[in-house]
Amino acid sequence: MTDSGSQAELVRRSLKRRYRKERRFRFYGITAIAIALFSLVILFTDIVSKGYTGFIKTTVTLEVPLDGELMYLTDATDPDQIAMADFQAPIIKALQAYFPTATSRSDKRELSRMTGSYASNQVRDLLEKQPDLLGTTRTMEFLAHDAVSVYVKHAGDPGYSIRLTEQQQRWTDELLDKGVIDTSFNDVFFSRGDSREPSNAGILGALVGSLLTMGITLVIAFPVGVAAAVYLEEFAPSNRITDFIEVNINNLAAVPSIIFGLLGLAVFIGVFGLPRSVPVVGGLVLALMTLPTIIISSRAAIKSVPPSIREAAEGIGASKMQVVLHHVFPLAMPGMLTGSIIGMAQALGETAPLLLIGMVAFIVEVPDGFFSSATVLPVQIFIWAGSAEQGFVELASAGIMVLLAFLITMNALAIWLRKRLERRW
Amino acid sequence: MPEATPTKAPNERPAETVIEEGKTVGAPFSSDPKFKLRDVEVFYGDTRAIRNISLDITRNEVIAFIGPSGCGKSTFLRCLNRMNDSIDICRIKGSLQLDGEDIYDPKRDVVELRARVGMVFQKPNPFPKSIYDNVAYGPRIHGLANRKSELDDIVENSLRKAGLWDEAKDRLDAMATSMSGGQQQRLCIARAIAVSPEVVLMDEPCSALDPIATARIEELIAELSESYTIVIVTHSMQQAARVSNRTAYFHLGHLVEVNDTSKVFTMPEHQLTESYITGRFG
Repeated sequence: MTDSGSQAELVRRSLKRRYRKERRFRFYGITAIAIALFSLVILFTDIVSKGYTGFIKTTVTLEVPLDGELMYLTDATDPDQIAMADFQAPIIKALQAYFPTATSRSDKRELSRMTGSYASNQVRDLLEKQPDLLGTTRTMEFLAHDAVSVYVKHAGDPGYSIRLTEQQQRWTDELLDKGVIDTSFNDVFFSRGDSREPSNAGILGALVGSLLTMGITLVIAFPVGVAAAVYLEEFAPSNRITDFIEVNINNLAAVPSIIFGLLGLAVFIGVFGLPRSVPVVGGLVLALMTLPTIIISSRAAIKSVPPSIREAAEGIGASKMQVVLHHVFPLAMPGMLTGSIIGMAQALGETAPLLLIGMVAFIVEVPDGFFSSATVLPVQIFIWAGSAEQGFVELASAGIMVLLAFLITMNALAIWLRKRLERRW
Repeated sequence: MPEATPTKAPNERPAETVIEEGKTVGAPFSSDPKFKLRDVEVFYGDTRAIRNISLDITRNEVIAFIGPSGCGKSTFLRCLNRMNDSIDICRIKGSLQLDGEDIYDPKRDVVELRARVGMVFQKPNPFPKSIYDNVAYGPRIHGLANRKSELDDIVENSLRKAGLWDEAKDRLDAMATSMSGGQQQRLCIARAIAVSPEVVLMDEPCSALDPIATARIEELIAELSESYTIVIVTHSMQQAARVSNRTAYFHLGHLVEVNDTSKVFTMPEHQLTESYITGRFG
């Protein structure tokens, strides 16, 4: 028997110990969160600091003399002449207006590398469309050469000027002062497909490719996954076959994604003869990959519907089908949607299986359908990250930002849908 | 069946002391049964939850099932509209007839059965829908109303019978889950009677409610007993005494005693019944 005084003392001491334990536990938690946040901040800072320049384009605005003699062109309606003409010459001429002394052959070559390689095509396209402009002078805006663009965006950083000669650097500085070279929002990035030249490359092709692929994935994986979950949860008899299916679904969720790529290559392309690099095949492969996730989360959602609701409906005389359709399904919908969108977000970031079915190709055109060659955002980032030009580094980071924005939008959608559909009981 | 000795003095110990399987003291049978239940046995896997019970439930009576927890009264109740069907390991033997038709006939449509034998559960379980939709759900799925006005009438009548109309008429579109527990349970009763069942099974309908709400439900049961056969499982002996005409005492899967409620509570014939109602266990 302990007297009550010492017992209270014991309790007090143990209390102290308990509080210490609690404080320590809280400290661990806060540390964990701090580490996570810190990593996140570093990640975002790195991506944004590398990538924000991807959203800026550098342009050169010139008074271009569309002089026939200069271009060896007398009649702009003649396709033969157009094919032979020198459309770079008027651009060089326009630049020479600022630098009259640059007349030697090497100077001219350096001048021609102030604008991007598509500048001459721009002049040709203009004349092809409006042949009567021949002989006039037009104000035209060109994309600056990649090297110039990088130099302008990273002014003062010697690492970014190596591809320009000293003379070109001087010219660039001068043109910047005069406002001939200017920077503005990079609409090119959001309106074009890939290109060999960073300043001309855009994310739109990959974005559309991702949307098309995700569309296929959603249309296939969601109904199939939900139907499978409803059947397994509500109708399947509990026997060996059901158990076998269940174990397999759980295992499939853990299969490395590249295996699904191999499967897609062998089955969809090999057996069914679907074309390579197209969103349909990509979508099918990603749908297979996403299915287990959707089935598992949908089953969990169905399981979480309170049995009392089921009993209530059965007690009134609802058939099995009515119980599922009228009560279980609506109540499980938010959970199923959340699971599906998480699965979709996973699929959106998936690269490996798509590499195997050829969605890694260099594709310039923005895809216009489910059967046109396409690439997707993560693959585009992968391609850019592996390219040599400095301009692609910023594009890769900018691409990551677009991908993240896409993901955040999808997750926000998931949260919104859940809030909308959620009903309490 | 041994007849109860009517001359027995209240303080005399009941004659029966042991449970004999399949034997129920009191008056389990009636001449005009709504339910005719013979030799009913229920198994959960290998466990025998109900042991050889025979009972008649009379038309338009209120019969209360009482007994200690786990005695099988809820299980037995749920056999009456086949709510045990969804439990895979549950097997039922014996003959259960509603108006002379076998309830467990494989050809029998369970949907039709449940439309005739409605159920109210222990915890109020309204659908997460509006009050109106809750009551209208049964009539809708059974196609009881052809027009909106007919459906409106059914909803109003059911809510009136459940004593909920005055409280709910101005907010029929409100979520059912926004009501109080007692209101929700009355809504569940309204929902059950909206399909005009012949029998209403109530599985401890007041165990989650406060005394005032309980009193309202009990009043309601008294009113409903005029037009429905009601089977109520309850843990409260006072409630059984207040609302029922007959009381059945269950013990460890046996039906020990059935008799008029007044007799069961004043002159139980079985020792176990007496021990239970006097609070010696349960």
